[in-house]
Amino acid sequence: MMASETSSAPAGALKTGDFANVGRAAWWQRGFFASQTAYVAAALIAIVIVMALMSPAFLSAGNVANVAKNFSFIGIVTLGMTLVIVTGGIDLSVGSVMALSAIACAMAMQALASTGLAGVPFATMTLAIAAGLGVAVLVGLANGLLVARVGLSPFVTTLGMLSIARGLAYAVTEGRGQTPAGPDLDAFYAFTDGTILGVPMAVIYLLGLAAILGVVLHHTAFGRHVFALGGNEKAAALTGISVERVKVSVYVLCSLSAGFAGILMTGWLGSAPANLATGYELTIIAAAVIGGANLAGGIGGPAGAVIGALLIEVIRNGLVLAGINAYWQIVLVGMIIILAVLVDRLRSGRAA
Amino acid sequence: MALLELRGVGKEFGAIRALGDVDLAIEPGEAVGLMGDNGAGKSTLVKIIAGNFAPTNGSIAFDGQPVHFTRPVDARDVGIEVVYQDLALADNLTAAANVFLGRELRRRVGPFSFLDHGAMNRRAGELFAELKSETRASDVVRAMSGGQRQAVAIARTRLSDAKLVLMDEPTAAISVRQVAEVLDLIRRLKDHGVAVILISHRMPDVFSVCDRVVVLRRGRKVADKAIARSSPEEVTALITGAKEAA
Repeated sequence: MMASETSSAPAGALKTGDFANVGRAAWWQRGFFASQTAYVAAALIAIVIVMALMSPAFLSAGNVANVAKNFSFIGIVTLGMTLVIVTGGIDLSVGSVMALSAIACAMAMQALASTGLAGVPFATMTLAIAAGLGVAVLVGLANGLLVARVGLSPFVTTLGMLSIARGLAYAVTEGRGQTPAGPDLDAFYAFTDGTILGVPMAVIYLLGLAAILGVVLHHTAFGRHVFALGGNEKAAALTGISVERVKVSVYVLCSLSAGFAGILMTGWLGSAPANLATGYELTIIAAAVIGGANLAGGIGGPAGAVIGALLIEVIRNGLVLAGINAYWQIVLVGMIIILAVLVDRLRSGRAA
Repeated sequence: MALLELRGVGKEFGAIRALGDVDLAIEPGEAVGLMGDNGAGKSTLVKIIAGNFAPTNGSIAFDGQPVHFTRPVDARDVGIEVVYQDLALADNLTAAANVFLGRELRRRVGPFSFLDHGAMNRRAGELFAELKSETRASDVVRAMSGGQRQAVAIARTRLSDAKLVLMDEPTAAISVRQVAEVLDLIRRLKDHGVAVILISHRMPDVFSVCDRVVVLRRGRKVADKAIARSSPEEVTALITGAKEAA
């Protein structure tokens, strides 16, 4: 070591804080408060207030429970979608996976009902749910390996998977809806469509999963690597991060969230039709983008996913209560997506 | 004993000979300027040292031990770090997150392990202070100047206690004040006994921080001499071929 004495002066002699020309943005100009998620949340609160004033039915217990349940299915998948979008990918197959998992779960429950396992408490339900989630994992693995290992574009890969999974859903059922059956039916409905202290199970799952995702994204090495992939994939690879493993993981987790939501919807509907959740992928991607996830990668989080999904449902519900033709909600959701991204662009353009 | 010693290292890509039988020795704590025109073989040489690909012929020894790199990780494992021209930073993460990317400090809580944000921010802050850089550990890289980004990339190399740092055009496309900052960073590395190979087109940079200058032309080493015994004019002549060798 040559000349190391010269630098052995105490590092404390020079604090980075000593540089007066390096300013720090005010608290409301950085972090969460400067994010798209924050102003979409503000917009959501404003819309809720306006609707509450215009329609007394809006904040009624029945309507709130209805909105909460409806948005939770979308919200759970939006959490998984956000994970994929943060890495710079996209998953168009989620709607089809919801249907395929729901059908796998319902059919497994029917099949197991006539086996010896029917006598074991909760066995058929547990195995049926595992079957549904297992199908989702397989689809996620296929997506992830094709994108990460083979290097196909996420858009094309998952577009193909959208068709494959939907086709399978129709083929295995021959288009007939599958009804869950067996000794655990009551337990299944309690697990998927019950309430705890009046709160629908779907809402509890959504909030629980959102909290877990928040911790994973911001407080684990895996979460950090997910963000790094979206920020600069080449840099992530150069630092030795296993890019392939992280990518496969996010597609599997996204598919799992879709499969889980599909199973919850089966409990809510009392049946798993082959056309379940058709077209939901667009609403889910819209919810993620409205909530602040950037399709270019590197930005997004669970709060945004929940707020984005809730905003779409609140507006849809508001239009229904106002007696406006339901088709207009589709137009409006499209306008909101563009508006949310436009406001973000204008805001960041001004800040730069 | 030399830290890095290349003997007769050459590289062929099909019928093209990109690098021919280069001998090069680097001492610990020494800064060597690697110069040459575009296509002279600088990148090929650097990529061989960094482990991006193996040489076609010749041998490499690091710290007295023969080494055979086939992947960048092999080179990093023995203590060779590269600061890439485009810096290889994730813009959406903080300076500390970038410094620790891929080797995050973690705290175990039961069966789970969580990021130790406090420890990483502290350590990154110490590294920046050591490099005398006005870079804040918790700031996002996107908002940083070119000089600060360099500091982040260089702090990464300090974290792993690299013995040799390869820097590819670190002063291209940044402002005059930032160039001075980067040159200071290189001096700090030397102070810590780290050897530096500086690939640069900028004569003033090489002459202000390097101890030695190596000139490549058409894949061959045409000069390898102490900075004190050379001059920018001579190096320019060597690069262009106006002077055959020195």
